[in-house]
Amino acid sequence: MPNFVSSRLFWIGLLTVVVALVLPTYVSGYVLGLLTVAYYTAVFAMSWDLLFGFAGEVNFGPTFLIGVGAYTAGILDAHFSPGLSIWLCIAAGALAAVVGGVVLALPALRVSGPYFGLTTLVAVLMLQNFIVVAAGLTGGEIGLAVPDVISIDAKTNYWIALGFMLVSGAILFGLSRSAIGLILQASGQDKIQAGALGFNVTKHKLAAFVVSAFFSGLAGALMVFYMGTASVSTFVDVGVGVQIIIAAVLGGRRTVIGAAIGAIFLIGMGELLRPLGELATLIVSVIALVVILFFPDGFLGMIRGGAKA
Amino acid sequence: MLFWQILIDGFAISALYALGATGFTLIFGVSGVLNLSHGAIMVGAAVAAWAAASELGVGPYTGALIGILAGFILAFATYFIAVRPIQRSKVIAESEKEIFILTATLLWGIIIQEAIAYLFTNNAKTVLPIVEGVTTVFGVRTPKNEYFTAAICWVAIGLLWFLVNRTRRGKAVMAASMNPRGVTLLGIELSSIYLTVWAIYGLLAGVAGILLGMFLGVSSYSVGPLTASAFSIVVLGGLGSVSGSLIAAYVVGYLETGTAYLISPAYRTIPALLLLVVVMYLRPQGLFGRR
Repeated sequence: MPNFVSSRLFWIGLLTVVVALVLPTYVSGYVLGLLTVAYYTAVFAMSWDLLFGFAGEVNFGPTFLIGVGAYTAGILDAHFSPGLSIWLCIAAGALAAVVGGVVLALPALRVSGPYFGLTTLVAVLMLQNFIVVAAGLTGGEIGLAVPDVISIDAKTNYWIALGFMLVSGAILFGLSRSAIGLILQASGQDKIQAGALGFNVTKHKLAAFVVSAFFSGLAGALMVFYMGTASVSTFVDVGVGVQIIIAAVLGGRRTVIGAAIGAIFLIGMGELLRPLGELATLIVSVIALVVILFFPDGFLGMIRGGAKA
Repeated sequence: MLFWQILIDGFAISALYALGATGFTLIFGVSGVLNLSHGAIMVGAAVAAWAAASELGVGPYTGALIGILAGFILAFATYFIAVRPIQRSKVIAESEKEIFILTATLLWGIIIQEAIAYLFTNNAKTVLPIVEGVTTVFGVRTPKNEYFTAAICWVAIGLLWFLVNRTRRGKAVMAASMNPRGVTLLGIELSSIYLTVWAIYGLLAGVAGILLGMFLGVSSYSVGPLTASAFSIVVLGGLGSVSGSLIAAYVVGYLETGTAYLISPAYRTIPALLLLVVVMYLRPQGLFGRR
């Protein structure tokens, strides 16, 4: 009964959105700040899921796209601060991420499986090296201080992040359910057969890469102007990419929405357990491993009540 | 002088890379598993050796043995916790097992890493070396430990070669890497082959980890970079090709050492990454890979 399942999901989703909308009235600025980061991370994870879930390729390099977007926006602002509107910087960041995505996709799409994974991983390591070596421009290991922020008001930042997540989530979800999404899914499952049916697999994957890059870069750029700083450890580090991948798989692959749930869960749990220090990440990882081993369809699969495909 | 320095340092570090990558490539060659907890297992072995030798004071030899044992245990734990349940799962589609094993071993690696950080802090640890002192060869003063590291690495690789090519069990492993179905038709349990391979892997990763801990020192921060470098060496050499990994380890080792001495330590890893990109572009299956 896919209709019933999707409608139940729809109502749960609607309820969640309503709760998220009224939340600022009831919770502290600290919680809002946490959720703001979680929402941006959710966009990272959803973009990753579009590429992985529907093209079947394990992209180890989500932070390459995020980092290019974040640093482009940050550097522009840091060097031309008063003259350049931050919205122009953000747009430039998204654009740079798209360009970066195409540059990465061209060699990466010629290979598949582990080779694709490695190509994308190398891209992250190269970017990381570049940021450290070009410290004069990028702030190096210390990080880049960005003079402007979108707003200092926690509520405003929260609304922007929430709105951005909802809009990009809707677009990514819509895309995944569209003809393009179906073709991607088919090519992810059987590339040769999809090709034989007359679909240009590479073209569709490239399109997925571009869309994924656009939203990753945009989210990265917005997050820079929320945090007022860009650093390797928040935007580029392989560990950040790992967290995004775990979020998407944990929430439920090929669902887009699941990726957002996974990301918000990971950020929330990490913060809740923070008093435990080093143990926090350990416990979150154990939970994630247990979910992956016992509920391979992730949180969304659990909500669907084990209605297995 | 500088030439000899690069030659000697490069040789030792490359030998270590080679040993570190060999186990990784063996697992992939036989069972198609990319084990992303590789770095964590190596660091785990090194930290166990460090804790036993320096903290408990059992001395370098017993410490090294405990480290190898730790590598062994961690390798088996990886197999039984993060790999086998997925390989045997009936719920997960065959085509998706790869991504599940990647994610599960990744998480398992993080769990080991965080456990190490929690129990032993994030500080860098140097395993008590078995050989001490400094020796001068070709006018270059080098710690004897460096020669020792290179020698043990090659002895271990040599033993592996002997095992795979000259023993019955080893030949079965080799056969399984070429045709798993054929091996089961001959009446050999595939799961027992896997156990053998993970045992060999645990040993190799344990030894590599300890040597790394003696030579360069390790911390929980080394986990990610170690996995990434093993991954890139293995892909550069060609997934599943042990000899390819050995050659790739030397190419990467010398590129890094040469860059560090001739240009700047800050640029150390960049040329190797560039080479990797070029090779991936021209020859995606790696230098010696079979497709």
